[in-house]
Amino acid sequence: MKKVYSRIDEIAGNVVRVTAEGVQYGELATVKSAHGTSLAEVIRLSGNQVALQVYAGGRGVSTGDEVQFLGNPMRVSFSEDLLGRVFDGSGNPRDNGPELHENLIEIGTPSVNPSKRIIPRNMIRTGIPMIDVFNSLVESQKLPIFSVSGEPYNQVLARLALQAEVDMIILGGMGLKYDDYLYFREALEEGGAMSRTIFFVHTASDPVVECLMVPDVALAVAERFALQGKRVLCLLTDMTNFADSLKEIAITMERVPSNRGYPGDLYTQLAQRYEKAVDFDVAGSITILGATTMPGDDVTHPVPDNTGYITEGQYYLRNQRIEPFGSLSRLKQMVNKDTRADHRAIMDGMIRLYANYKESLEKKSMGFRMSEWDNKLLKYGEIFEERMMDLSVNIPLEQALDRCWEILAECFEPEETGLRSDLLSEFWPKQRESA
Amino acid sequence: MKQTTGQVVGVSGNMVTVRVQGQVRLNEVGYVALEGERFLKSEVIRIRGDLAEMQVFEMTRGISVGDEVSFTGELLAVNLGPGLLGQVYDGLQNPLPQLAEKTGFFLDRGVYLDSLDAERQWEFTPKASPGDVVTAADTLGTVPEGIFQHRIMVPFNMNGRYSVDWIAERGEYRVDDTVAEVRDERGGKHQLTMRFQWPVKRAIEQYAERLKPSEPMVTKVRMIDTFFPVARGGTYCIPGPFGAGKTVLQQITSRHAEVDVVIITACGERAGEVVETIQEFPELTDPRTGRSLMERTIIICNTSSMPVAAREASVYTGVTLAEYYRQMGLDVLLLADSTSRWAQAMREMSGRLEEIPGEEAFPAYLESVIAGFYERAGAVRLADGSHGSVTIGGTVSPAGGNFEEPVTQSTLKVVGAFHGLSRERSDARRYPSIHPLDSWSKYAGLIPHGKTEYARDLLFRGDEVGQMMKVVGEEGTSLQDYIVNQKSEFVDAVYLQQNSFDPVDGAVMVERQRHVFDLLFEIISAELDLESKDEARQYFNQLRQYFLDYNGAQWKTDKFYEHENAIKELLKERKTGIDSHARQFVEQAAETVGSQG
Repeated sequence: MKKVYSRIDEIAGNVVRVTAEGVQYGELATVKSAHGTSLAEVIRLSGNQVALQVYAGGRGVSTGDEVQFLGNPMRVSFSEDLLGRVFDGSGNPRDNGPELHENLIEIGTPSVNPSKRIIPRNMIRTGIPMIDVFNSLVESQKLPIFSVSGEPYNQVLARLALQAEVDMIILGGMGLKYDDYLYFREALEEGGAMSRTIFFVHTASDPVVECLMVPDVALAVAERFALQGKRVLCLLTDMTNFADSLKEIAITMERVPSNRGYPGDLYTQLAQRYEKAVDFDVAGSITILGATTMPGDDVTHPVPDNTGYITEGQYYLRNQRIEPFGSLSRLKQMVNKDTRADHRAIMDGMIRLYANYKESLEKKSMGFRMSEWDNKLLKYGEIFEERMMDLSVNIPLEQALDRCWEILAECFEPEETGLRSDLLSEFWPKQRESA
Repeated sequence: MKQTTGQVVGVSGNMVTVRVQGQVRLNEVGYVALEGERFLKSEVIRIRGDLAEMQVFEMTRGISVGDEVSFTGELLAVNLGPGLLGQVYDGLQNPLPQLAEKTGFFLDRGVYLDSLDAERQWEFTPKASPGDVVTAADTLGTVPEGIFQHRIMVPFNMNGRYSVDWIAERGEYRVDDTVAEVRDERGGKHQLTMRFQWPVKRAIEQYAERLKPSEPMVTKVRMIDTFFPVARGGTYCIPGPFGAGKTVLQQITSRHAEVDVVIITACGERAGEVVETIQEFPELTDPRTGRSLMERTIIICNTSSMPVAAREASVYTGVTLAEYYRQMGLDVLLLADSTSRWAQAMREMSGRLEEIPGEEAFPAYLESVIAGFYERAGAVRLADGSHGSVTIGGTVSPAGGNFEEPVTQSTLKVVGAFHGLSRERSDARRYPSIHPLDSWSKYAGLIPHGKTEYARDLLFRGDEVGQMMKVVGEEGTSLQDYIVNQKSEFVDAVYLQQNSFDPVDGAVMVERQRHVFDLLFEIISAELDLESKDEARQYFNQLRQYFLDYNGAQWKTDKFYEHENAIKELLKERKTGIDSHARQFVEQAAETVGSQG
């Protein structure tokens, strides 16, 4: 029987302090208050002084509340029963289903040995041409969507979840608006994907500490499924909220802030989560897609900046479109050589012409004279934006490549595209009716 | 001596506070007993009275107040001996592949393995004889390791003079077999094996003299070797925002650099990138030796998700191994990617220690620590007259890509060359994305200074014209300025940019760089007879096309000369004389050389 402590010495923010013996660092405890029972985690030991971070928050906790240590770190139940269910950051059900207590696994476990990783080699097809053609997503990649508030990043994530060829989806929601949570649920239910999905959701109104738990819980479960050979897609939205929770707690803990109030270990904290993305040599894989909102559309803000150094590229979502400039999949070279002979050439060629279009557009707006070539580019740019970049476009890779050739043929003569002659003779659309 | 022990009295993040019974040293290694079965390696970083604060090189979850701590009396050290080359270590010199055999997919806590293969037999050839007087770092014998003769040396920590009593005969020995017995001046006997330890935070200084780094370290990247050269024994840094190609540039350098041994320290970066190196290097052949690249490489890998405290150790582990191989008269290149992550690890520890923060919360000693690290590079003359060097190249990942931050600035103060990467260049797919105007180097390169200075000047002027043209348009630019701009774009396109995936263009040897630069110089220093801007543009487009084909042709093949002649013909058509600017630069350079000579 574990001893119950009935005296809390100090309460500051979400952190309470009790005097106790024999407590382990990282151990869990329960705090029983008038509002119910919450989990709490040991975050500092100093002699017999134990600092605990209360998951449900410090609000309403009384100095007379009971604290009982559980003797184990944070764990979550892991089994096939999780599929189709919705939980909060502490692992409690959010739907009306039963609580799960079997087969508990620890979260935040050690890192994968780099020598057991393999070089990624499988493309994940998504049906979005701006991803499949221009910045292919690769199994085991970690990739955030950089965006600003108001952009449809959650819609993009939901579509990716539905269309990506993976075995299962784990959604980690952090600081989600309640309607966004409902949107995800409905979208996945309608798409018939609910039975292969697990939700760990922290909404904006939930206690801030639980927000920190979401990625760890989601990734611990993902890791177990991956070890069983499953190809798991993990969606984390929005990682900026996660970072903001870190900031909030670090400041309450009176830690020295480093940059715009964020703690100095922000990079490490983010990396420890993103680096869970892995392709095991003899098992499954974890692919992580995150959403990172950039406050003020500023990519040098600490959160997107640190994220960029960790992840393998990023997708920029701006004006309802995935921008070709700035967006980058660092792993695309690993897969786009084996898709179709024209893939790489089309990828580079189309973007080069689109860059030229942007230049012409700039020239036009400054009032310079438009040459015939400029006019061709202007036409091309508009068609490209309409038929490829628009988020509603939903076609498989091969069809998207064919469509690229059609667009080129509509706007240019073959030799103007700068593509290799052998590709031109093979892929240039043959019977085009001249207008 | 009685072993010092202690008990944990506090835990905060990866720092534990320990009440110590007995003596304790700063930077001493201790082990925290976790539930009596796992022992977590830690290092003392501050002592106050009988309280020692230690950074734990593992996750601290599960440690309780009262847990036993045992101290070793030793500083954090690495094993030195044959068998280091080709290994993949973590920051504390644990061999990762062997660790995987033992613990599977994950890095379990408290498992430490021998960094050298104790069973492997080495073919020992004695070099010293009984009766010889030796001092630290003198060679006792050699064993072949890959393509090198690995010197078995008197351990560097043995002060004073020793006389050799006995030395093993030629034959097969393991690293822990005794290969020599020596006697100190007071008659004490010492048995020496092929292995010894050295504390990572102390520089190895067993050399006769430190030399000025003068010989270029060829990287086969044109822009570096020609414009921003690095010397053997020198230091350089590569700061750049994310996505600008720091890691790719380091990977290219690790493959092509003309040095004997390459040590790659992946410090707090992506695991995926290390995996590429680990899996590709054994397949790649070293063009100089025809053997696997891995045979001359050591990888030290402490990726971003591995424990933070070991990041600092990984950088020092790397440089210590580099110094060890330097003692064998070899040229060693240490690549550290990224030093910012190491600085951040220091910042985290400093925060836990509640030290007064400096700029951006980095500790006040950031500068001196960075300086101390880069100062471990150097070219040296060893006691036996042979030369060795350690060259250090570190990447820096400045927050927001802004070079005005503490880590970049502290690094720039102490390095000899600065290869600043620019987001604009990488967005424009101009690789390597080293900024040709902002970067600098204090070392002498392959090409006479005057010529490269002219080319740099041209790039500056071309950039100015380009800026102006954006405002006034092509119409408002004079033909002369336009040609300057075209020339500078031409230099960029055919010389600065290099396709690292191309088998020929990917690595350009010295002879070819000299040859090609001469031709390039002839073009950019020429007065050209061009009537209009359209004509100029077409002319340079044509030249560029020829030159790119030329860059792609194998050295000194018929194709190579064919392209070269085509370029020369095209140049002859329009060349009317030599640009006055160019003449000035070459003459000035000749004068300075003349006055020096």
